Amino acid sequence: MNLLAHDLGYRSLNEIIRNTDEDVVIDRCYGERFIGSGASGKTITINGTPGNALGAYLDGATIVVNGNAQDAVGDTMNDGKIIINGNAGDALGYAMRGGKIYVKGDSGYRTGIHMKEYKDKKPVIVVGGTTGSFLGEYLAGGIIIVLGLNSEDVPVGNFTGTGMHGGQIFIRSPKKLKYLPKQVCMNTADESDIDSIKEYLTEFSELFGVDMDEILGRPFYKLTPNAKNPYKQMYTYN
Amino acid sequence: MREGMFRNLSGCAVSGIFSKSGKRFSGELIIDSISVMHERSNGLGGGFAGYGIYPEYKDFYAFHMFYDNFAAKKECEEFLERHFDIINLSKIPTRKVPQIKDEPLIWRYFVTPLPTKLASSQLDEREFVVKCVFRINTSIKGAYVFSSGKNMGVFKAMGYPEDVGRFYRLEEYEGYCFTAHGRYPTNTPGWWGGAHPFALLDYSVVHNGEISSYDANRRSIEMYGYKCTLQTDTEVITYIIDYLNRKKGLTLKEVCSVIAAPFWSTIERKPQEEREELEFLRSTFDSLLITGPFSIIVGFEGGLMALNDRLKLRSMVVGEKDDMFYVASEEAAIRVIQNDLDRVWSPKGGEGVIITLEKGKS
Repeated sequence: MNLLAHDLGYRSLNEIIRNTDEDVVIDRCYGERFIGSGASGKTITINGTPGNALGAYLDGATIVVNGNAQDAVGDTMNDGKIIINGNAGDALGYAMRGGKIYVKGDSGYRTGIHMKEYKDKKPVIVVGGTTGSFLGEYLAGGIIIVLGLNSEDVPVGNFTGTGMHGGQIFIRSPKKLKYLPKQVCMNTADESDIDSIKEYLTEFSELFGVDMDEILGRPFYKLTPNAKNPYKQMYTYN
Repeated sequence: MREGMFRNLSGCAVSGIFSKSGKRFSGELIIDSISVMHERSNGLGGGFAGYGIYPEYKDFYAFHMFYDNFAAKKECEEFLERHFDIINLSKIPTRKVPQIKDEPLIWRYFVTPLPTKLASSQLDEREFVVKCVFRINTSIKGAYVFSSGKNMGVFKAMGYPEDVGRFYRLEEYEGYCFTAHGRYPTNTPGWWGGAHPFALLDYSVVHNGEISSYDANRRSIEMYGYKCTLQTDTEVITYIIDYLNRKKGLTLKEVCSVIAAPFWSTIERKPQEEREELEFLRSTFDSLLITGPFSIIVGFEGGLMALNDRLKLRSMVVGEKDDMFYVASEEAAIRVIQNDLDRVWSPKGGEGVIITLEKGKS
């Protein structure tokens, strides 16, 4: 099914998507919100710039964006996959609890904050470029991988992993990360660490045509919570 | 009820378009951009600022006025005649739009200070104009100056921005820069003067967010003679920028380091010279640090500045195509008017993007 987003408006557009089992291709997309929210069992392809809260509460559907996405992609998503052939805005994968998000380019501030996992529910975000500050803030579970493929510096901003108390963050970087908050432990990822994320790296490589040798051609640093030094009162003293 | 009687908080959408070569374009483009973000507003305020729109009167201050009634108009015009040479005056042209109701009297005056008055005031010309604007806004009941710069003008009203644009016939104006605002106040009595942009001289500010340091900032700026009449964040931001840039002579980049100063922990890691400068700015003007979420677009004569709060709690995207610069709360609002961008990116929190006309263009 082909839909013209801007002509329909976001309400009609989302109603049509909700009421069909067919795959959907969306053109003329200029900021229409909530596309694919709660969707399952179909593939939604968007040519354009989808609006905020793309794939919020996604429940098994696949969303492919040919372009850049805006803020709050995959908010609280439960299952499924979001593939962005471009950049994503702020708060990507906020409070995500399952499924996967792949971003070819950069993502904004607060990527993957408040993510959590439970048993087989393990959310994964892979960002090919760089991210803004507060990556994985309050992370409680799941895996965030930042590749920095377009960067010769540390590909993340300040305050990475602040308040982190679960999950893992992998950062591919030419330099060690400095100034991490005290509640975060950093180690160079060893072979078994890389093996544990290989399936996501492979999928990224296949989706966006990036050579696996290039991806593995730099060290990865693995961030995990430091149980000895829990989060406290960051804003009070700044 | 007027704004200023209680404080209101807002959401909002912002957009800006700037031609670095100074090429003038129609105001229609900015209406197309801001209307894409309709959902970010709730119809309680919309507005625009245009620069380069009055070339035939470019040496005169353009006062845009709201009057509640003819008595206010008469009193204000008497004041203007005592202090200024009025070169031209007229109603600002509008068209009837069903969505825009209860309009005040909306007038425009092109003025220049009377030389004798200016000399006896012992003020520089721009300070004289500012004093007169505050005088009208605080002491003439029912009169409000909402635009007072040269070769620029603010157009604002109660309503959605696209309706406000059509109401003011914005497509009939041409300028090298336009900014726009769609307002989503969560708690407001609603008054035309409370819509954005806020402007003083040629500075205009459109703002998305709600600053948590409002009262600290207000108390501080009022010590320097500014009068916050509306209790909205944006009014305070406008005065802070005027104070730091025009009166204290800080560059706009330095202004960013004051109002969106980095965390002390970030400053500590900077190279010595930069660290000392940042420490100086943050310490000297500590009560002008603006905390809480904001993204603002500041227009000024010959330039445009876009800035996020230091934590980047609001969205802002900028794009470039040839000599055109675009900035908006959402990328879609840029794409809808220029899909083929050379570059598009999101500035970091506290990192001001400052664009000015190429040399010799105006």
